[in-house]
Order: sequence, then structure tokens, then C-alpha cells
Amino acid sequence: MNAPMILSPEALAKIDKATTKYPPGQKRSAVMAALTIAQDEKGWLSTETMDFVAQCLGMPPIAVYEVATFYSMYDLQPVGKYKISLCTNLPCALSGANAAADYLKKKLAIDFNETTGDGQFTLKQGECFGACGDAPVLLVNNKRMCSFMTREKLEKLLAELK
Amino acid sequence: MTCLHGRHINPIILAGLDGNNWCIGDYMRRGGYSALKKVLSEKIPPEQIVNELKKSALRGRGGAGFPTGLKWSFMPKSFTGEKYLICNSDEGEPGTFKDRDIMRYNPHSVIEGMAIAAYAMGAKTGYNYVHGEVWDCYERMEVALEEARAAGFVGDNILGSDFSFQLYNHHGYGAYICGEETALLDSLEGKKGMPRFKPPFPASYGLYGKPTTVNNTETLACVPWIVLNGGEKFLSMGRPNSGGTKIFSVCGHVNQPGNYEVPLGTPFAKLLELAGGMRGGKKFKACIPGGSSMPVLPAHIMLATDMDYDSIAKAGSMLGSGGVIIMDETVCMVKALLRLSYFYFEESCGQCTPCREGTGWLYRVVNRIEHGQGKQEDLDLLVNVADNIAGRTICALGDAAALPVKSFITHFREEFEHHIESKQCLVPTYA
Ligand SMILES: Cc1cc2nc3c(=O)[nH]c(=O)nc-3n(C[C@H](O)[C@H](O)[C@H](O)COP(=O)(O)O)c2cc1C
Ligand code: SF4
Ligand code: FES
Repeated sequence: MNAPMILSPEALAKIDKATTKYPPGQKRSAVMAALTIAQDEKGWLSTETMDFVAQCLGMPPIAVYEVATFYSMYDLQPVGKYKISLCTNLPCALSGANAAADYLKKKLAIDFNETTGDGQFTLKQGECFGACGDAPVLLVNNKRMCSFMTREKLEKLLAELK
Repeated sequence: MTCLHGRHINPIILAGLDGNNWCIGDYMRRGGYSALKKVLSEKIPPEQIVNELKKSALRGRGGAGFPTGLKWSFMPKSFTGEKYLICNSDEGEPGTFKDRDIMRYNPHSVIEGMAIAAYAMGAKTGYNYVHGEVWDCYERMEVALEEARAAGFVGDNILGSDFSFQLYNHHGYGAYICGEETALLDSLEGKKGMPRFKPPFPASYGLYGKPTTVNNTETLACVPWIVLNGGEKFLSMGRPNSGGTKIFSVCGHVNQPGNYEVPLGTPFAKLLELAGGMRGGKKFKACIPGGSSMPVLPAHIMLATDMDYDSIAKAGSMLGSGGVIIMDETVCMVKALLRLSYFYFEESCGQCTPCREGTGWLYRVVNRIEHGQGKQEDLDLLVNVADNIAGRTICALGDAAALPVKSFITHFREEFEHHIESKQCLVPTYA
């Protein structure tokens, strides 16, 4: 295989480690982990990146695309440096998620599924994170959860990320 | 944070947690891993553990409430090949956030419960499928698992016995449907999370086609206590047919949203009081007592109900996952239903026509009612569409989309009618 190295050696080592969790012959079980690792490194999942993941795991590329398109936290288009996903499901809406959404949209001057002109922020609408007691809740780049996002805390967060 | 308070009643899983004492040493100081030690040192026969579970009347905490001991007894005993145990930590049912607290504050209770469950069912390998959105929980479980391996509670020849159990964490990445146990299995196999036709059930054809049992995080976390204290004792903490304690996630318009572990059968009014009562002293209007997939009930019915499987069923809803969504007088029920309908429409995996098309219909019709374009016939149409989904699909997401619609219209019909007739809301909308 002489394909160009799309991912760093560190990322490849992580993917290798993930495959050891599954029985021999079931490497493809690591596809979600591998796509997550790839996205963390690349910011989003291009066809080239997915093809590379497919090759690492010995999967047909189409099988990798299917997985990547099925799960909402994979980004198949470039996103801003910070992707903010805000949960707007009913429990969160009862405790200020709509106000948080309005604030973020106004402050960033974008709607859901849009990216600011400077490429800093993308705003997404999320479904229940399983953290409704902390409403409103949002995720920064999928992995950092921010709880009780009142107006003051949103202001602070945006200032920190700028 | 949401469970770190003293307002539980006879807690088992959430007892004595302060947010920092999640490590293996802390867990063992609380008596942790003594159930696993007991099982292995006394060589307790697996059937005896299953029997204790049956006596305990522990019912699955993931939503369906299936008796755990009975489920375990479905695993083929004579099968000598690989069998799997799966912990379902893909908590994404709106209103439910208990497994998150169990994982981040008491992760070893899940690991110990899984080891004992695996022993009882002859499973040699287990996976804990963690909801992708709670990444810190996945990382916490990874660290806890390393601790358990290093201490010899997970791995080969556990505590010098001939019992070996390999355990791994696996994470999701944003798909509610993967909480459904067969979708979860497909997801674990590296595929799209699409629910499977049943039968065959996972106990005969599960992960990689092998016998598999899927249990919820909270279900498994109850197991060590039952093994140590006996099924009778667990049963006596709750109600007949509803043994033990249950963690209720209380959210919405209460002063202190959070997780409250209380004996099953605790009056709803007591739970509401533990959660600090209604926020801002507003009037309590409605409650969905078991996660968003269960029917909504008006306040007066809830206030006369106890929190156990049978009582909530008698009141017209279901205990489900224990996600208790509290709504006050400012909530427009049409708008509330609209958000839920959108959710099921979004999350339908699309393989059954009644669910794929029906959830779209429900969403569009509720949407036009909310926006003043509804017609009088729309209410019958909604009920009709809901009836055509329920019971006609591969998985229970279809029912989950249908049940709220029917209950919202049954109990709050006048609000829907007002929207249709006056093209406006009966209540001021919430922020
Ligand atoms: C759409 C849907 C979503 C579900 N989500 C979850 C979930 O997040 N966690 C869970 O434990 N069970 C969930 N379930 C229930 C599981 O299918 C299964 O019944 C449960 O994990 C079994 O464990 P238990 O018997 O210990 O409850 C869901 C079911 C459906 C239909
Ligand atoms: S009921 Fe809906 S979510 Fe479940 S399998 Fe069918 S289409 Fe998919
Ligand atoms: S509804 Fe927002 S985290 Fe559950």
C-alpha cells in the first residue's frame, strides 16, 4: 500500500489500539473510534480521509461513508474552528435552551448549520445529550460539554474561544 | 453535580458520592468489589445468582422494564462458544441523565455489576456502549477499567479463579436509535445503527451472531448490592413487582433539577419535593414520568401517583427510563409536542415505512397547528397516523413517537383546539 499518509503516526497508533478491543476479523467494529480520531485530527471528514480509514480497517470505502453519514457528530463538510452544538430538545427548552440559541445566533450572526465568515464558529442544533439536568447544555467540538449556559456563561465562553 | 446532594432516600448506587471518590480505592472503601470476591471465593453457582436476581424483582432500567433475572435465564447455558454481555450506556432519551452520573461518579459499580453478570451468564467478553455526547464519561470509564484490570477484577483468571472476563468501552457518536439494543449491536459491529428484526432475539443471535444480553447501566449497577444483600432485601425496599430503588432524573420547571435515587413506590409528590418543588412557585401543569417516549400526564393525576412500574402504568403512562420532565403552567402543550415530534422525525432510522413516513406526518401536522394553519380534522388525523405507526414497526421508536401524540391530545385537547380555532396559543410561551 503506497497510499499517502493522511493521518499522523499518533492517530494511527490510536486507531490500532482501538482495533484490539474487538475479536480477530472484526476490525471494522473500530470504525467509529477511527473516524472520531481522524476527525479530531483533521477537523472534518473528507472523502480522502474516509478512504484512508477504510484502508486502515480493511473495509470497503462505501461502508465507511455509510457509518460517517449515519452518526450526527461526524462532519462531512468543513466546520468552524469551534463547532458549538446546543441541545434544544424539550427538557432543555424548558430551562432556557431557546434563549441560549437566540443569544448565540445573534452574537455570532449566524443560524443553525452556518459558519461565521471568519471560520471561527459553526452553530448546530443538538438532540438530547443525556445531560438535561444541566440545561441549557452545549458541546464545543463534540467533546467538551458546557453546563448551565446562562447568558453570562455564554458570553464568557465566546470570549474564551475568540 | 446533579446527584451530589443528600436528598436521596435509601440510595444504593448514589450513596456516599462526593464527585471525587470515584476511584477504585474509594469504591473498595465503600465495600466495592466484595460482591465479586464473594461470588468467586464461595464459587456461587451461576443459577443461584440468576435466582437471586429473579427474587429481587429488579426490572430493566433502560426503558422497557423487563425482569432482569428472567432475561439472564434466556442465555443458552449449554452453549460453549463466545457469549457477550453489553452494557447500554447510550443514554439519549430526552429527560434522562442518570447513567451519566453513575459512570462519572461511581464507574466501578458498573464494572463490578458487569463482571458478576458475565459470570452468571457465562459471557467471557463485555462491551460498555457509551453515548458519544458524554465524552468525559467515556474517558472516566476507560480510566476506571484500567484500574479494575490492574487490580485483577477484569481480565484473565479473575482473583485467581478460573473465571475470565474481558471488558471494553465503545463510544457512540450521535444517534439516538443506537440506544435500541439491536441497533446498538449493529453499531458495535461497525455498521449503521439500524434495529434488527426480532426474532431472533439477542440471547440467541446477538453481537457477531453470538448469544448476547444487553442491560442498562443502572440495571447492572444494582447487581453487586443484590448479590451482597440478597434478592429479598432488594425487593422489600421497593414494591412487589418493582424491587429496589430507582434513580429518577428530574428536569424542567423544578428548583433543583437532578438525579434522585428513591425506593420504587415513593409518592410522586415526595419526589417533586426532593427536587425543590416548582420553580418560581408556578403552577404544576403536566409531567412526562418516564422519558420523552412515554405518555404525558396532567398534574392532578401525577400528584396522586406513586413512582413504581405498576402505579404509573395504572395512571396511564410508563416508568420507562425514569426521566421525569416537569412542566408548569407557562408551557404550551402544542409547542412541547412539536419539539418532541421533530425529535422522533429526525431520529427515525427510516427502515420501516410507518415510522419513516408517519413521524414526518406527525411533525408536519403538529407544526401547522402550532403555526395557526391547523384544521379541525387534524386532530383526528394525528391520532390516525399515530395508530398506524404503533405496533407496526421493527423497533419501539415508532411507538415512542406515537405515544406522546395521543396522550398530549387526550389530556390537553382544548389547547390544540384553541390553536386551530383562534390561531393562537392558550398560554404565554416559555422562554
Ligand atoms: C428508540 C429506543 C431507544 C432506547 N434507548 C435506550 C438507552 O439509551 N439506554 C438503555 O439502556 N436502553 C434504551 N432502550 C431500551 C433497550 O432497547 C433495551 O431494552 C435495554 O437496554 C435493555 O436493558 P434493561 O433490560 O437493563 O433495561 C431504547 C429503546 C428504544 C426503542
Ligand atoms: S421503527 Fe423507526 S427507528 Fe425503529 S427500525 Fe423502524 S424506521 Fe427505524
Ligand atoms: S434534552 Fe438537552 S440534554 Fe437532554
